[in-house]
Amino acid sequence: MNSVVKYFSRRRTWSIPYVIFLAIFVVVPLILIMVYAFQSKSGGFSLENFERFINQPEAANTFIYSIGIALITTIICIILGYPAAYILSRIRLSTARVVVMLFILPMWINVLVRTLATVALFDFLRLPLGEGALIFGMVYNFLPFMVYPIYNVMQKMDHSLIEAAEDLGATPRQVFTRVVFPLSMPGVVSGIMMVFMPTISTFAISELLTMNNIKLFGTTIQENINNGMWHYGAALSLIMLIIIGITSLFTDSSSEDGTNEGLL
Amino acid sequence: MRRLLSYSYLVLLLIMLYAPIIIIAIFSFTESKVLGNWTGFSTELYTSLFTGGVRYSLVDALKNTFIIALTAAVVSTILGTIAAIGINDLRYGKRRAINFVNNIPILNPDIITGISLFLLFVSLGVTQGYTTVILAHIAFCTPYVVLSIMPRLTQMNPNIYEAALDLGATPMQAMRRVIIPEIRPGMISGFILAFTLSIDDFAVTIFTNGTDGLQTLSTYIYADARKGGLTPELRALSTIILVVVVVLLIVVNYRANRQAKRAEEQQRQLKPKK
Repeated sequence: MNSVVKYFSRRRTWSIPYVIFLAIFVVVPLILIMVYAFQSKSGGFSLENFERFINQPEAANTFIYSIGIALITTIICIILGYPAAYILSRIRLSTARVVVMLFILPMWINVLVRTLATVALFDFLRLPLGEGALIFGMVYNFLPFMVYPIYNVMQKMDHSLIEAAEDLGATPRQVFTRVVFPLSMPGVVSGIMMVFMPTISTFAISELLTMNNIKLFGTTIQENINNGMWHYGAALSLIMLIIIGITSLFTDSSSEDGTNEGLL
Repeated sequence: MRRLLSYSYLVLLLIMLYAPIIIIAIFSFTESKVLGNWTGFSTELYTSLFTGGVRYSLVDALKNTFIIALTAAVVSTILGTIAAIGINDLRYGKRRAINFVNNIPILNPDIITGISLFLLFVSLGVTQGYTTVILAHIAFCTPYVVLSIMPRLTQMNPNIYEAALDLGATPMQAMRRVIIPEIRPGMISGFILAFTLSIDDFAVTIFTNGTDGLQTLSTYIYADARKGGLTPELRALSTIILVVVVVLLIVVNYRANRQAKRAEEQQRQLKPKK
């Protein structure tokens, strides 16, 4: 009896429920995606889902198109967000905190409501819905995810390094390209992760912003699952997972330990 | 000049971010069915939101959203706290392995989490509905709770816990009196994070809510938008949510500022006078 009590009061024992939980709700479901992806409808092992993806130009085209849209969105977010984060890191802290708050505030409104508001804005300005609206809506939704991590990293930057560079005769441009920019890279990397990954997998937003005219990869996956084609849907999910995995490997190796710094 | 330029850049970006929201807020004060059509000032949308003039399903969806978010946030905070304390006490290798798995749901896109859980429930033959949605929300919220508590635990001085034990506290007492107070801020921010993530979730819910027509706010809006329009009352609702959030943030910010000032004051007083 005593040993049982002792066992449960050891703190490391407390991790066991969560380990079981993770196994059931994280590991097994991911394995199931793989199992379904490599199964034919009748249940045996097969590669037919992947063959179908390659042979069906529609799905493959949507896939490439989605990567393109995600890349464009990410690049625009960097171009718009980096200067904003830089300016924020240079102004008075109390002002900066308010402005950062203003950047994050819209995130509290439901994504779909915000998207519909974007649709309303385009209607209001009599702009056509379509590719332009799609990219605007994506940038609008994900820009705060770029600004915040970059600002975070820049805020924590050691300012004596900048002063040292100035003292040693660097021009403002040199200070930026040689000191500030390299030091802000971890923020940019986590910004890329936080923008690229969600944009590549969105589905509802694109339907609303393009009146259902442009399909993104996420929509294709969702349609297949909804129509009962679980195996094909799982295969497409696996393909998306691989892309995500490659992206995170790439971003991981480019910033050894700084990646998580900007995230929280 | 340069300063002016950089400020106007920030203002311009903020205008871009807020334009759609402001349009919603403005048009929440007119009755028109279509957003963008001004038919005179009216608070009709607000009254019908509260008096049930609105279709019953929206109120229902709102209720579901809150019940699910609250349940998911409470359970994941408890589970996440216990887990974090346990994980922190593990040896390096095991700790790393669990943290790795813990990061998967955070890095995974929602749609993948949704589909993978959908396949899990389908394979187990579970009927999808309230329970599955709550389980799914707990599944993607708990890792965030663990992540927000972990840093507090690793930064904590382990000797304090040992000291409590040496001074005769039982492990449970030491837990309650030493560890929990230390990690409480992490628990609170984890709870808030879980709650907001759950309220905002769309992708995971839509794959796990089954065919019985269980709707949360997100899935309701989605279904609504696909039918071609937005229930006008949603404009009033979004405006209210925005105002509540703004007020909450101002209060939190004000309190944080005051606390920071007070701490500064105390430190100044503690400093020996020259």
